[in-house]
Amino acid sequence: MSNRAELLDLAAGLFLLCAVAILWRRDVRAQTAWLSGQGIALAAIAAILGAQDARPDLYGVAAGVALLRAALLPTLVRRAIAARAEDRESAPLINVGASLLAAVALVLLAYTVAQPLVRLEDTPAARALPVGLSVVLIGLLILVTRRKALSQIVGFLLLDNGITAVAFLAAAGVPLLVEFGVSFDLLLAVLVLRVLTARMRNLFGGSDLDEMRELRD
Amino acid sequence: MSAPVLVSLAQVLLVLLGAPLLVGAMRRLRARMEGRTGGGVLQPWRDLLKLLRKAPLHPQGTGAAFRFAPLLGVACSGVAAAAIPLLSTRTGLGAGADLIAVVALLTLATAALALAGLDTATAFGGMGASREMTITALAEPAVLTAVCALAAKVGSTNLPAIVAATLSHGARPASPANLLAAVALAVVVLAETGRLPVDNPSTHLELTMVHEAMVLEYSGPDLAMVELGAAMRLTVLLGLWSALFAPWGITTTADPARLLLGLAAFAGKTLLLGCLIAAGEVFMAKVRLFRVPELLAGSFLLAVLAVSASFFLA
Repeated sequence: MSNRAELLDLAAGLFLLCAVAILWRRDVRAQTAWLSGQGIALAAIAAILGAQDARPDLYGVAAGVALLRAALLPTLVRRAIAARAEDRESAPLINVGASLLAAVALVLLAYTVAQPLVRLEDTPAARALPVGLSVVLIGLLILVTRRKALSQIVGFLLLDNGITAVAFLAAAGVPLLVEFGVSFDLLLAVLVLRVLTARMRNLFGGSDLDEMRELRD
Repeated sequence: MSAPVLVSLAQVLLVLLGAPLLVGAMRRLRARMEGRTGGGVLQPWRDLLKLLRKAPLHPQGTGAAFRFAPLLGVACSGVAAAAIPLLSTRTGLGAGADLIAVVALLTLATAALALAGLDTATAFGGMGASREMTITALAEPAVLTAVCALAAKVGSTNLPAIVAATLSHGARPASPANLLAAVALAVVVLAETGRLPVDNPSTHLELTMVHEAMVLEYSGPDLAMVELGAAMRLTVLLGLWSALFAPWGITTTADPARLLLGLAAFAGKTLLLGCLIAAGEVFMAKVRLFRVPELLAGSFLLAVLAVSASFFLA
């Protein structure tokens, strides 16, 4: 196996490890730290793919990914927590042990459904594709099992990291323009969610989504 | 006597003599970081010699389980030390040096100590034994799954074969499967040796203790054996972890000069890992007992990921 394929495997492994750690930790601040780590791993995947195909524009994408997903978005979430200390615990609906076991099943599912895709083109990038799919599924799991709005933002970011990773690995990198568009969307979504969380706190005194029972105009 | 047998004997002797020194160094570092002077590195050895001179004393009504558990603990760690390639992959046990057998040996020592805790029929002994068994039952699946990930690449669960394969591939332990298995096994090593965040090794008479609760009734030479066994267990598990994931310095021959180099590498790696644990413990609190399953479930998940990664990725 070539050196680059090994590096790609390592970056994909770290990417998955960060997703598991986010599921593992209850403290949202620790989760944001792991989210930064995952952003770096994602940027590394983009950079390695760029080096592999000799495409300098992918380095630009990698730099953008690192800036946005490793620095900007985790900082935004962290500042939202700093505003209110009691939102630090993520208050999962099912206990962490059970959600970790659910994650085992999800990862195996991702590996199984990705088999035909891997068989299409047996490159290192295609072999790492199930990792991206597993992160998408783990992000969905966090989205549906966490009660607090902030930890749902974390789940949403995880989901989007997974989607981006799948895009990188399946399409051998995304054009710079598309990546910029997606990043901008993501940034806006997180900003809007932050404003929503702040308004929820002002109205109800907490960000527990279970307490929102009806929609009003 | 053939060279591999001598290598194994040297490893047992090294672990036997070095384990209390490792514990001493870890306690010393922890004391220094907490602003205390602390006992010297030799303090555990002094304690052991003091305890060995005392008269043996057994609580009323205890039987064979209580008598033999300390000796069994030392013996199991000793056999494990002979089997694991700490200095050289040419150990005397050959095909018997199986990774699953080594894990089973270490679990046997745990089970013996838990039985001894039950044998005393005190509240603390029973509590400690039940907690220890809970932790062990949760840790074992993670160990066996992680072992599966390591063995799948080599096609054998023989420990020297696994280490030799890693060494012959130019020592590249940085594959994702290895990385995930390393984290999974590191958590298990902490749980199995009773370190923070699973158990606090420096408490006596606390409601939350696990290992200390089981051995509360031991005194004199028996206590010396229990403590020696615990220290050897820590050394053996750290040695196993470093042999699997950082096998640098382990020789594949029985050449004396290379063995000396392997000895220096082993001492350095074990001391470094021990100091990392001790330094980490200064900044860490024990997790609640009911959150320990969470920690070990995470370890199991990482082990499963390691297995799937070793099958699908590499």
